[in-house]
Amino acid sequence: MRESTIMKIHYGTAIAAVALVAVHVLMRLTQGFAESLEYESVLANYKFVPYAIMLELILVLLSIHGFNGLRVILLELKQGRIYEKAVSYGCLAAMIGLIAYGSRTIIVVNMGLV
Amino acid sequence: MAQVTSIAEEQTSTPLSSSKSITLRISRYNPKHDDSSIFMEFTVPYQKWTTVLEAILDVKKHFDHSVAVRYSCRQATCGSCGMMINGKPRLACFTKISELNSNVITVEPMSNFPIIRDLAVKFERMFDSHHKIKPYLIRDDTELESDAKEFLQSPKEVEQYIQFANCIKCGLCNSACPTMATDSSFVGPQALAQAYRYVADSRDKGKDSRLKMIDEPHGIWRCHFAGSCSQVCPKGVDPAMGIQLLRGYLLGFRS
Repeated sequence: MRESTIMKIHYGTAIAAVALVAVHVLMRLTQGFAESLEYESVLANYKFVPYAIMLELILVLLSIHGFNGLRVILLELKQGRIYEKAVSYGCLAAMIGLIAYGSRTIIVVNMGLV
Repeated sequence: MAQVTSIAEEQTSTPLSSSKSITLRISRYNPKHDDSSIFMEFTVPYQKWTTVLEAILDVKKHFDHSVAVRYSCRQATCGSCGMMINGKPRLACFTKISELNSNVITVEPMSNFPIIRDLAVKFERMFDSHHKIKPYLIRDDTELESDAKEFLQSPKEVEQYIQFANCIKCGLCNSACPTMATDSSFVGPQALAQAYRYVADSRDKGKDSRLKMIDEPHGIWRCHFAGSCSQVCPKGVDPAMGIQLLRGYLLGFRS
């Protein structure tokens, strides 16, 4: 993938994440802070499908943006063909891992396994 | 730190009747046999028009002829005498001692360049990057074959790139760039500004190939817009702006 395409995704995910995190923060303001962190309240959020989809989207957007940012920092830190490949594939694997782990939480709750 | 205070009997190029003098600290380093650089101090007389290069040449003439410095035109045209003067990349021939407002002037080789000896640095990496972006007009036809005698441009078309054509390849922008300090593969502000100079030229047809060259992991996207390149340019070129305009092409805001 060309670097300009990656950076378009990088900027796009940042803008989208800002918008969705703003909605997320506003939703949290409907409850008290301590109340919103209560176990039952958190489970209820995951079981409310539209909100769960939004949380999933935030997870995906921030993972893509964050791990690409990390890749860029690591590429500037040190150079070398093997190192750069390791960084790129490592960041991609970590991104997929984090998204999978976060998605698992939402799916497990929605399937009533918790 | 070595210090030389006495002056030779020979007449100086800067008149000795000058009542003012400064301490010139010159970084000395030969990578072939030195582990690290040291500073040698010289007391040099100066007039209000004396440049740092003239002071260094006075040192070479009267105190220590082995000081290595690259210079040529002495009028900020050749771009040879770039160095760190009191911590900032400047052209030695274009920097007057009187404008530095300091009694001690420290000269060091440019940052982000390998040192040949003392104040002279290697330009290979910068010239390689410059060469890579094809710094010439790319066209299928030529002025000789074309029906028109010359490729005419409107003043507006010239304005798009003319300031970037003032680049003298002195390397000060690359020396000031923080990304150049960490990323040994980064193209650098000099080459990126020159890429914009040709991409924005209405006579050029090589836009796509140039954009492809700089659109890679160590290309244009590694610029963090610190803007230090534009601050130090002795010719008024604004590489930081050129880089942002070039990004506009890659993001689809410009065509």
